[in-house]
Amino acid sequence: MNGFRIPIGDWVESFVDVITTALGGLFDVISAILGGFYEGVDWLFAAPPFWLVLIVIVALGVWARGWVFGIGTAVGLVLILGMDQWENTMHTISLTLVATIIAVAISIPLGIWMARSQTASAIVRPILDFLQTMPAFVYLIPAIILFSIGAVPGIVATILFAIAPGVRLTELGIREVDKEVVEAGHAFGASPGRILRQIQLPLARPSIMAGVNQVIMLSLSMVVIAGMVGAPGLGKPIVSSFQTIDVGLGFEAGLSVVIVAILLDRLTASLGRPRTHRLLPRARAERVGTADETPATEVPLEPGATVPVES
Amino acid sequence: MPETHAVEASHLFKVFGRRPSDVVRQLQSGATRAEVASSGTAAVIDASFEVARGEIFVVMGLSGSGKSTLIRMLNGLLEPTSGSVRILGTEIAGIPARALRDVRQKSVSMVFQHFALLPHRTVMDNVAYGLEVQGVPLAERRERAAAMVERVGLAGWEDKFPRQLSGGMQQRVGLARALAADTDILLMDEAFSALDPLIRREMQEQLIELQSELNKTIVFITHDLNEAMFLGDRIAVMRDGRIVQVGTPDDILTDPANDYVAQFVQDVDRARVLTASAVMEPARSMVTVSAGPRAALRTMRDLQTSAAFVVGNGRALLGVVRDRDVMRLVKRGERDLTEAIEKDLPQVEKDTRLVDVFESSVESELPVAVVDAAGRLLGAIPRVTLLAALGNVPSNTAELAVVEPPATIPVDVVTEILRGTTDSPDGELATEGGVR
Repeated sequence: MNGFRIPIGDWVESFVDVITTALGGLFDVISAILGGFYEGVDWLFAAPPFWLVLIVIVALGVWARGWVFGIGTAVGLVLILGMDQWENTMHTISLTLVATIIAVAISIPLGIWMARSQTASAIVRPILDFLQTMPAFVYLIPAIILFSIGAVPGIVATILFAIAPGVRLTELGIREVDKEVVEAGHAFGASPGRILRQIQLPLARPSIMAGVNQVIMLSLSMVVIAGMVGAPGLGKPIVSSFQTIDVGLGFEAGLSVVIVAILLDRLTASLGRPRTHRLLPRARAERVGTADETPATEVPLEPGATVPVES
Repeated sequence: MPETHAVEASHLFKVFGRRPSDVVRQLQSGATRAEVASSGTAAVIDASFEVARGEIFVVMGLSGSGKSTLIRMLNGLLEPTSGSVRILGTEIAGIPARALRDVRQKSVSMVFQHFALLPHRTVMDNVAYGLEVQGVPLAERRERAAAMVERVGLAGWEDKFPRQLSGGMQQRVGLARALAADTDILLMDEAFSALDPLIRREMQEQLIELQSELNKTIVFITHDLNEAMFLGDRIAVMRDGRIVQVGTPDDILTDPANDYVAQFVQDVDRARVLTASAVMEPARSMVTVSAGPRAALRTMRDLQTSAAFVVGNGRALLGVVRDRDVMRLVKRGERDLTEAIEKDLPQVEKDTRLVDVFESSVESELPVAVVDAAGRLLGAIPRVTLLAALGNVPSNTAELAVVEPPATIPVDVVTEILRGTTDSPDGELATEGGVR
């Protein structure tokens, strides 16, 4: 303890200082873009009357998962409205969407690259580990320095915190595509781009969508924490209830987060699956369809004979 | 202009490991696979062969013998560590990716062990995949794919997904996909190994049938010797990365290059491999129709047999005569043998497999006549020969009585009759000429 100190903290501090002064202009540009993006999305949710937004979200729920989920969505949203957290919730959803869209836009290409190159995988993997295990609050400090307070530092911190599973599951999904099928693509002379588009991405879709789902859930949790740096949304009442020990407000805001989380999770999870739980008439038709999905029994054939068509 | 082979591989090496070229150098200077094992895995060692157009070339070996690695070098899925691969005369080892894709689109397609169908596409779109990659317009590729789907017997299943099909049907889709790409060369990597035995046999037969119509060049990989023998025009046997013998199924079966191959072929179902021409004997009891009844009777007497094949011009098989009928003609002083000829006799073509000779052999006591496509008598297969061939007993030894059926009239009676009727000198001569 006698004077032995590795000043990593100082180094990081001066590093942040250097990039703040050297790349200040760049950060202003990023800040403007992210800010504008957020404003736009937020306008979509916050500007129209609440009932219109409510109807649209419920309709989306019915379309994606069916009537039961639609009714659940309606109940949840009315509850949020009743707790007077509607506006905060809309801000939170907007922040989550913006962060998710950017994180996914970065993580899928990155995951594809890692699946193709061992070197890329070896370099990016530890960085992902670092991003994922660093306590979430720590991102907020440099974010404030670089982007001051408000929505933008929240979005940046959220992207950093939430990106890892998107990258990992994209890489995993593509690596786990049946080697022989990819080989078949090569054997017929398909270009790598065509194989990616027509074979690897479609077959990795469930895994990639699971990654997107994870990114959304992590984004949501981080967006709330970002309330500490002045990001709008449900984080704000939670932070203030923390300061004033307001149990009631804290619970109401917390419950709203839970409702949003369930909504987003179920909605995005259903997008990754084959669409069997849709509107009732279609769902019924699909179920009939699955009945003959059992492998047909082997019909011994004379060579060249035509197979009887299964009706 | 010299005939280019469809596929030509020369001195191919494939080594997996950190310093593959060093390993190749060691192998070239005589090191064994085991000796270089510490520095790399030698999957294929000094493989050279060529495949003629329209040929089915089977590469046979147990797992780990390097056959899958070998086939993947033929379309560049694996780059050879050393050596050359020529496809229709074009070198493909070490050429740029774009040129290689071109070769794959135009010249070489592939069928995979586990089918490797695109699970998210219908049967139709799977079959059309090769054409799609080639850039064939939608309407045309659908039309060509539909024709191929029908050809492999899957008409009516075009809109199903692979998971809705049984294994055998999925592989038909795999086969149709490769055929629809309309390449000269077809690589089949253990294509039927994942199927049930019954379905496998059926697919083998269908492949032979399709091949007779389409006349592709097929390189077929298998670990099943019976399959290799059934399909292959020629077979390369691989062991520990090396090709130990290349030859026709008959060569491999009757003249194995070493103990390993010999041991391998021990269990083969010989009846399905050997062809009639491989086991037939020269037809000894044979007369020309122009020689007349007396010569025929003499031949049968000399050979102690009761029947003889009758051939016309150019050894064209006309039928068979029996000693009793011929004797009747001789007694009547007839000079023409035609009246006694029975046209109904057991006969098979030279490429008939033994398994299909049995029935003919059982139906008649006569040896089965072996004829070529023009109907010329090439030889005969007495029952004894058939048995000897199955038991891998050398059948051309003197101890085995191969003349059958035995004579029904005592020799002295025949001699008496021949003496009792007037001798015609031209008949004598014809007999000498007619009997072999």
